[in-house]
Amino acid sequence: MSLGLEASGLYKTYNGKPVLADCSFTLQEGRTYALMGPNGCGKSTLFRICALIEESDQGEVRYLSGDSVLQPDVSLRRMLTLVLPRIGVFNTSVFRNVAYGLRVRGVARAETAVRVEKALEFVGLTHKRDQNGLTLSSGETQRLGIARAVVLEPAVLFLDEPTAFVDEKSKAQIEEIIQRIRRDGNSLVVITTHNRVQAERLSDAVLQMSEGKIMA
Amino acid sequence: MNSIFEGISKAASLIVNLDAELMQIILLSLRVSGSALVIATILAVPTAGLLGLKRFPGRGAVLSVLNTFMGLPPVVVGLFVYLLLSRSGPLGFLALLYSPTAMIIAQIILSYPIVASLCHTAIVSVDPIVKQASMALGATPFQVSLTVINEARYGIMSAVIAGFGRVTAEVGAVLMVGGNIAGFTRVMTTTIALETDKGNFELALALGIILLALSLAINLVLRFVQKKGALRAET
Repeated sequence: MSLGLEASGLYKTYNGKPVLADCSFTLQEGRTYALMGPNGCGKSTLFRICALIEESDQGEVRYLSGDSVLQPDVSLRRMLTLVLPRIGVFNTSVFRNVAYGLRVRGVARAETAVRVEKALEFVGLTHKRDQNGLTLSSGETQRLGIARAVVLEPAVLFLDEPTAFVDEKSKAQIEEIIQRIRRDGNSLVVITTHNRVQAERLSDAVLQMSEGKIMA
Repeated sequence: MNSIFEGISKAASLIVNLDAELMQIILLSLRVSGSALVIATILAVPTAGLLGLKRFPGRGAVLSVLNTFMGLPPVVVGLFVYLLLSRSGPLGFLALLYSPTAMIIAQIILSYPIVASLCHTAIVSVDPIVKQASMALGATPFQVSLTVINEARYGIMSAVIAGFGRVTAEVGAVLMVGGNIAGFTRVMTTTIALETDKGNFELALALGIILLALSLAINLVLRFVQKKGALRAET
């Protein structure tokens, strides 16, 4: 299912410090957006709120399928996937890391195996499938994070600084993976980055965030 | 000095020949401590999960009580269980005093705070990013909790092993509620105390060697578990 996203009047405060202030924007289904902004401007908070794993203090995030608005419940949350800057590797094999999201959704073992193998191939980690996820390099770890997300075939994919902690070679590999996701066009993809050139290369539109709101 | 060597030599002979009385005592000890530990763990892990993953009023007080009870004197536990199970006590009608069941109850009370408290430490030590990642991948709150507990598994295993060390070495409580009845409630520690009193050092030494070996085995397993768990800390 393709989804569009509308956020209106989002506010979020941590310990009295406003992080999001009247943040509103609209994202169209199937497109790829890059979200840019300085550290601490609220990008990661916005991602967590949009991925429905954290609530805003005020405002609303609405997901649209055609003209209908979807209820913000578990089934909607499972159509969205967020890849964190530190992806949070589980202390188990690469295979089981990638299978995690399918397992919590109750997907059958045989189907899980097929989809995980496909996702591992997609990010070039097939040869690491039995290795403990914690022993991967930084670049491989980021690719593992992307594999854990794409295996779920999400309607909306949030990638929070996917190339922040990797070397140039890994950065190129990850960018190439993102381009393939983008070409598939099945998901609404939102990426945060500090690199303007990368943002323009990877996205259909660049959004600028400053002081807790989207500027353009 | 000679009597010590003589004792050790006779103790070795008892061990090598798998002496029936010695084996019976060892098996009962393992049965009592093992059962107590299984039950304590079944109770302790959900307690630790609740304390580590949820915020609720009185949580701090519960943690303080647990930490305090980690150092419970065994004789106090023995006294408490004795009063509970004695004929005039509230559970006297169950006629459990001087039985292995009474010893298991005492050891559950002794090991539960240790296992629960150490499991809690293991659970709160899990990187918070794991919880967020689990949520971001679509887990329900219950699945998130199970994932965090699973990530703490090496710490939880260490907690269980520490609990096992505590109960196998304990003598006061099991002596008071078990009565040290030969062939029925006599375990390794109570036998060592009794046989030493009688001047019969062979059996006491043999059991002492077994207890030491058990302690060494527990420590080796603990080191292995901690080494495996260290993978998380290094990355």
